[in-house]
Amino acid sequence: MNGLYYDVIVIGGGPAGMAAALSAREQGAPKVLLIERDCELGGILNQCIHNGFGLHYFKQELTGPEYAGRFIRRLDGAGIEVWLDTMVLELDGLCLHTVSAAGGYRVVRAGSVVLAMGCRERTRGAIGIPGSRPAGIFTAGAAQRYVNIEGYLVGRRVLILGSGDIGLIMARRMTLEGASVLACVEVMPYSGGLARNIVQCLHDYDIPLLLSHTIVEIRGKNRVEQAVVAAVDGDRRPIPGTEQVFDCDTILLSVGLIPENELSRAAGIAIDPHTKGAVVYENMQTSLPGVFACGNVLHVHDLVDYVTAESQRAGRAAADYAAGQRREGAELELCAGDGVGYTVPQRLHLAHLDKTVPMFFRPRRVYGTCAVVARQNGRQVGRFRRERMAPGEMEQVALPALLLQDDGPVTLCVEEDA
Amino acid sequence: MKELTCIVCPRGCRLVVDEENDYATAGNACPRGAEYAHAELTAPTRVLTSTVAVTGGIHPRCPVKTAAAIPKGLLPAAMRRIRAVCLAAPVQEGQVVIPDLLGTGVDLVACRDLPRAD
Repeated sequence: MNGLYYDVIVIGGGPAGMAAALSAREQGAPKVLLIERDCELGGILNQCIHNGFGLHYFKQELTGPEYAGRFIRRLDGAGIEVWLDTMVLELDGLCLHTVSAAGGYRVVRAGSVVLAMGCRERTRGAIGIPGSRPAGIFTAGAAQRYVNIEGYLVGRRVLILGSGDIGLIMARRMTLEGASVLACVEVMPYSGGLARNIVQCLHDYDIPLLLSHTIVEIRGKNRVEQAVVAAVDGDRRPIPGTEQVFDCDTILLSVGLIPENELSRAAGIAIDPHTKGAVVYENMQTSLPGVFACGNVLHVHDLVDYVTAESQRAGRAAADYAAGQRREGAELELCAGDGVGYTVPQRLHLAHLDKTVPMFFRPRRVYGTCAVVARQNGRQVGRFRRERMAPGEMEQVALPALLLQDDGPVTLCVEEDA
Repeated sequence: MKELTCIVCPRGCRLVVDEENDYATAGNACPRGAEYAHAELTAPTRVLTSTVAVTGGIHPRCPVKTAAAIPKGLLPAAMRRIRAVCLAAPVQEGQVVIPDLLGTGVDLVACRDLPRAD
């Protein structure tokens, strides 16, 4: 084995990886390495040319490339080594196997590792739409890359399946570039995107949002020619007789994101079946000591500002670990109860908590006025009022550490007003 | 009375605006919501983001935005104007791509550094 060693190695140079690397360095890690498989840093922000990033973190409205640019410039001269065009093939404990055209095959050892590989889109195969297999079906993010970075308009008459934020953003983008966006079709009775995006991406351009509808057939030989859309019942089954036919040449899928955890799984890291990301402690450490996770590889976020904050915690914790600090002792489990889809973190080290423990979660459905309640062994340890919650918008509560005891799991649930 | 969803930030407050009463706004969590409601019902504006062609850069397109919001009705004309632009790399973030876009007094600026392809 060659002698390459870094105190902290961060895998992935998007917003999560950049923030983690910077925070690890600021926390005193002498040697930090950031590995990115693309030819430049910034990750998915580079193709998210719309604005609305940074309102929390920078207190101003930036575009994706501007948000990325601020971190890229901070990395310049921060004493952090960056390897671009480099793939991590395997994570073996705290040892990374990497390959790149310029550097060849390299094995690198680390004092600690931060996983920041992001997520990828669910595809047609993942949702099983019947019909033929013509060209013209793209994930919304792939179309976004074609339009915004490569400079190709992927179609002229577009139907969008799924109302996630990327689909909504692409509805506006395709319209501005001269395409006709016929409708945005959503199987659920509510949108998966932010309310502001419904307004500024659909309403602004008179694009209909068909809730409780789905595509039941795609027609076309070489290229998409038609899509058949039907209303669905409460169990999301198409209702016969409600079919309408759209003449379109393109279908964009915005049907969810999946954390990209091939490396993590192969390394034996415990994965939460709900988030599809690693199970983590309050300091973002995974089940594999010395390996931390943050950003969309951990759980899919709506706002990059929260990715940055989470990744800074992971970066600091990774630097502490590399410097020999360990978190041990009694552990608590955090559980998703009624109305809660998942929680991050999922575990706590009782002896190592700050005054408050930030806890992220998503509600299972849309709620009006309600309370988010945390209980341990029947005892209420936190109660938080909410005016409105939706699965499309990640929620955060701060549990008071003082009230937590070595007394079994803490359960978070939603209680509606009677 | 008119109901709006505020688009100033991701919170997406639901606003109720009284047009008869000097656009008095309820439901906004911050003062920006009231400003938005008034503008939206009198002279709506939007920040426009798009891309322009670039020659000699590491990518063939460079993201751009209007440095401030412009009247919503001007968006199609602004897109036609933006389509006519072609920059030569290198591009600097903040570089003015079109000064005083369509006489709005607002510049179109580049949103990233785009180095030359070697």
